[in-house]
Amino acid sequence: MRRTPSPILALPLLLALLAACGGGAPATMTTTAPTSAATISAGAGATATGASARATTAAGTTAGATGAPTAATRGSATPARTATGAATSTRGGASTPSPVAGPPPRITGNLTIFAAASLTDAFNEMKRQIEAANPGTTITYNFAASSALATQLEQGARADLFASADQPQMDRAKGAGLIAGDDRVFIQNKPVIIVPANNPRAIAQPRDLANPGVKLVLAAPQVPIGNYSRQILDNMARDPAYGADFAGRARANVVSEEANVRQVVSKIQLGEGDAGIVYSSDVTPAVRGQLRLIPIPDGVNVVAQYPVAVVRGAANEPGARAFVEWVLSPGGQAILEQWGFIPLGRAGNESTPAGATFGLGAPPIATRQDD
Amino acid sequence: MARSLDERPSARAGPRPAVPPGGGGGRAAAPPPPPPPPRPPRFGLLALFALPSLLFVTLILSLPLVAILLRAAGSGVFLASLGKPVVVQALRLSAWTSLITLLVSVALGTPLAYWLARARFPGKRVVDTLVDLPIVLPPVVAGVGLLMAFGRRGLLGQRLQAGFTIPVLGLDVPGVSLAFSTAAVILAQIFVSAPFFIRAARAGFTAVNREVEEAAAIDGASPWQTFRLITVPLTLPALSSGLVLCWARAVGEFGATMMFAGNFIGRTQTMPLAIMGAMETDLDAALAISVLLIALSFAVLFLYRLIGGRRGVEL
Repeated sequence: MRRTPSPILALPLLLALLAACGGGAPATMTTTAPTSAATISAGAGATATGASARATTAAGTTAGATGAPTAATRGSATPARTATGAATSTRGGASTPSPVAGPPPRITGNLTIFAAASLTDAFNEMKRQIEAANPGTTITYNFAASSALATQLEQGARADLFASADQPQMDRAKGAGLIAGDDRVFIQNKPVIIVPANNPRAIAQPRDLANPGVKLVLAAPQVPIGNYSRQILDNMARDPAYGADFAGRARANVVSEEANVRQVVSKIQLGEGDAGIVYSSDVTPAVRGQLRLIPIPDGVNVVAQYPVAVVRGAANEPGARAFVEWVLSPGGQAILEQWGFIPLGRAGNESTPAGATFGLGAPPIATRQDD
Repeated sequence: MARSLDERPSARAGPRPAVPPGGGGGRAAAPPPPPPPPRPPRFGLLALFALPSLLFVTLILSLPLVAILLRAAGSGVFLASLGKPVVVQALRLSAWTSLITLLVSVALGTPLAYWLARARFPGKRVVDTLVDLPIVLPPVVAGVGLLMAFGRRGLLGQRLQAGFTIPVLGLDVPGVSLAFSTAAVILAQIFVSAPFFIRAARAGFTAVNREVEEAAAIDGASPWQTFRLITVPLTLPALSSGLVLCWARAVGEFGATMMFAGNFIGRTQTMPLAIMGAMETDLDAALAISVLLIALSFAVLFLYRLIGGRRGVEL
């Protein structure tokens, strides 16, 4: 048989080409199978051994001080928790612990961290910095919807740390006896409306979500952002400006309930859906050009509080605690802020003007393009 | 029963002995004389192979399925879970979408399989490979491809979205969007499962003894009559095994559906997607759907073997 390149060959090639250069890679999700992390060698706990550990802060300034910053871990006050499901959870700055000052703690051993999908970019950036500053330390992430992570933990997956995007999923894990000690809020995030850059349905304000024919993509109700999204719609319905039937009309526009927040971003980025609700931190530089942001007024918005906790039976508990300290350190908070999160100590609603977070003006300084 | 199934030559094994042409006579004809029963292997080998066989069947094949059944039965709410809307809607959606997938696969796949079995044309190997490709491709790739082709901004999707006029008729077709529709579910199912049918049908058509068809033609049968009355009946075992595999794959389709069709109860949330969602909220519902899928699939495959076994059919 003659081997002639058939015209049919052209189709898949064309598709592949289109997929490759069709404007930005879709948000990818790494779901590493949780492996049981090897325990660290004895003596190399979080309280650094006699050796003077020279640490570099996330911001790049060298910290002269050495020592064991994690000693304070247990003692630090756990922040007051807002009631789960509260509509607008504004946390007073007073009850929020300010980020821990001082050099970032040393993190030793291998760490397996289950983290909400919205943390993907910021946590990957931290991994780069931590692994660079602590040779021999390996961090393995499992990013997924917090609800999926809680399920995996329930089913016996091994992890050292669980970072959830909302309190209900953390409480679920706690209720199942999977958490050691207390959880603590480490960062905040703010939902926004996203539409494709060409905005086919001309959505200009939140009320347009209920317009007939709008294909609204939300995360599933058990996914934190899905839960927040529905709270926001309900808050709007309570506001006379939107009308009591707003929530019902908007919900009738929902065409898909995605498994996690990054899939919502992907569906809007591709233009499949007309509008979606995601965290402001999900509008990463990689997708920013293909999306348009519509802020949600603070009066009806919610501030997402992310709790983190050490998992019971963690193979590397000192490392996990040190990681929490690292995230709470100014360097850790700065990275999260670069990726659109709202640092602790800054009440999401008052002191952060809507535009400030949504703009994401300054791209993350750190090496975000090398992953 | 099982033994006779194993000993009969399969439809793919090669051309059958002459079967008289005409009507259903082809199928009713006496089966080929059964080959002499194979000499039983020596006892020692059977004993040696017993342990790994047992291990595989129990530990790897059966245990996960039994575990689901036990857990579902032990929950005490299995029957109540079966009536939950998420379960009922997923079952209904999976049932009718997979049936449409079957119909389309047969309507488009049979001619293609016949082409691939009989025609010689340049690039045939490429087409053959293309047909097999979805079988080995991760369904997620299918999802991406379908998005790029039929999505709202896809190659074809954006034309569909905009609406178009049929050139000659001057008929205006209003814009349609496949995004998040049940049609997207069906499209994803067809992409990943039709190849199973086409492969089986291709092998079946290839195995038909051409002399029988030629004899029918000499007797005055038109090409269409020959195809309908000779070729298809002779290929029926292969076609039906292809149908079963195609259906099973369509019902199980997950990745491409999730990527391309989204996830909404009653509209795009098929049984596998419903399991995935329920795992995070309602384990009992997830178990109930899993049990349904296992029972349904087992029943279909087992019945198929039971009936097909008499005719020397194998999957």
